[in-house]
Amino acid sequence: MSDSRSCRDFVAPHIAVLPKSGIRYFFDLVNTMSGVISLGIGEPDFVSPWSVCEGTVYSLERGRTHYTSNLGLLSLRKAICDYVAEEFGVRYAPENECLVTVGVSEAFDLAIRAITSPGDEIIYHEPCYVSYATEIRMSHGVPVPVCTYEKNLFALDPADLEKAVTPRTRAIILNFPCNPTGAVLTDEQMRDIAKIAVKYDLAVIADHIYSELHYDDRPMHTVAALPGMRERTIFLHGFSKAFAMTGFRIGYACGPNSIVDAMMKIHQYAMLCAPTTAQYGAEEALKSARPDMQRMVAEYKGRRNVIVSRFNEMGLSCFNPQGAFYVFPNVTSTGLSSQDFAVKLLQSKRVAVVPGNAFGACGEGYVRCSYATSLEDIRTAMDRIAEFLDELKTEKA
Amino acid sequence: MKFEDRKYILNALVKNAKTTAADLAEQLGASEQEVAAEIADLEKQNIIRGYHALVNEDNLHEKPVKAIIEVRVRPEREGGFDRIARRLSNFPQVTALYLMSGGYDLMLEVRGADLNEVASFVSSKLATIDGVLSTGTHFLLKKYKESGVMLLEEEHDERLKIVP
Repeated sequence: MSDSRSCRDFVAPHIAVLPKSGIRYFFDLVNTMSGVISLGIGEPDFVSPWSVCEGTVYSLERGRTHYTSNLGLLSLRKAICDYVAEEFGVRYAPENECLVTVGVSEAFDLAIRAITSPGDEIIYHEPCYVSYATEIRMSHGVPVPVCTYEKNLFALDPADLEKAVTPRTRAIILNFPCNPTGAVLTDEQMRDIAKIAVKYDLAVIADHIYSELHYDDRPMHTVAALPGMRERTIFLHGFSKAFAMTGFRIGYACGPNSIVDAMMKIHQYAMLCAPTTAQYGAEEALKSARPDMQRMVAEYKGRRNVIVSRFNEMGLSCFNPQGAFYVFPNVTSTGLSSQDFAVKLLQSKRVAVVPGNAFGACGEGYVRCSYATSLEDIRTAMDRIAEFLDELKTEKA
Repeated sequence: MKFEDRKYILNALVKNAKTTAADLAEQLGASEQEVAAEIADLEKQNIIRGYHALVNEDNLHEKPVKAIIEVRVRPEREGGFDRIARRLSNFPQVTALYLMSGGYDLMLEVRGADLNEVASFVSSKLATIDGVLSTGTHFLLKKYKESGVMLLEEEHDERLKIVP
């Protein structure tokens, strides 16, 4: 057996320097323990709607097991474009402005690769999903985080965004409702951000994966629908969160033909097409599973109300997020760092939360708690966290 | 209270009748009194007609027998099906009764301590009632799902413990 030190290191330097996901260490720690209630899971606890599973099986029974078009099944793309037009108010052509991908993760990867030249700066808001900065680096771009703050309900402040723009800025990434904060943008903030994109001629990558999960009584909105934005926006969405279909791995990108075409080239050579079976499942979801989705959204809203009020009662300030299935309580009052809070809580009370700094430096002082878990577990977890806080106080005294 | 909140309360109680007003208040961001008043109103309007335990008899020591009975009846000039249906519902053995479209008129769910008890109810009580033309008895062999609850399913969470 060869000693690793004597092996030649073939790994490219720009990949070697990439950090592993900040969640990894924590994941390994949780896995060594039993009886843990996890509020660290970024996926629905609901099983995929039965109509979707049944429709997927039916496609197999009919022998629909071949490659599809590189862009994805035309019937699925038509259904997607109708859905996006109906719900978000932007019309895309299924023939050449819509690409079905392996989850939004792939769509995001394609978008970054399609638009980034070495040295291009891409602006994104932090705390944010763990892949943004590394994806940009893998394309030899320069990640430019802009912090968002609790005092602004973690929305991206257009003024902060504008300060980050330089002549090298290529694009802005927007993910609202946001993982990990649950923040949303007001119409006004979105308009101001759009104006900045137009003013500096920037592309916008709009990650809409949590769009359906919003708890204010307004329709879904997208920056792509604003004046001057359709031609510069890559609209990314998928089925994982709203339809509880994470394992299907189906996402999509809509945008102007030139960008979708460029993304399609990469997708064609790297992936050929998204899994056919899962594409049929996605088509069925749009056809029949919207009532299931609405039922899940109603349930998430009830859980959010419980978790937010419990955190505030126990003295951890927690703003009331209007989207996604996360809350992002502030733990600085405990005097612990995010990481210490999460590790201590896990070890003493067997409740897993994710340290906020896993989502970027400005997530420090917060933890992410997912309420994509049963109310019963949420209540037990909240009782345990309250006990934990009491014990911390007695320790200090 | 908003229509959606009322619907939320009703859905929650259908799923679990023991959900308390306090629990619901927390989920809705409302006061306990508001929710209690809403539930009282649903009861007063006869929308909520009762709260029952969902029992899986398979796990009982004494297993009662259940049958679905299809009944064809002669409707009456004045009362239609209602009078005979009311008469049949008075039997404590009849746990549910529906007027049906299709090949028969009334569907009864009947409970008894054993097969004989149900059979004798059908032959000596049900079939002899004036207006009952025919009966077809189907005994329940196994319950898979009742009131929206899967009785055989084991709960499991296969998700990874931490997901970004």
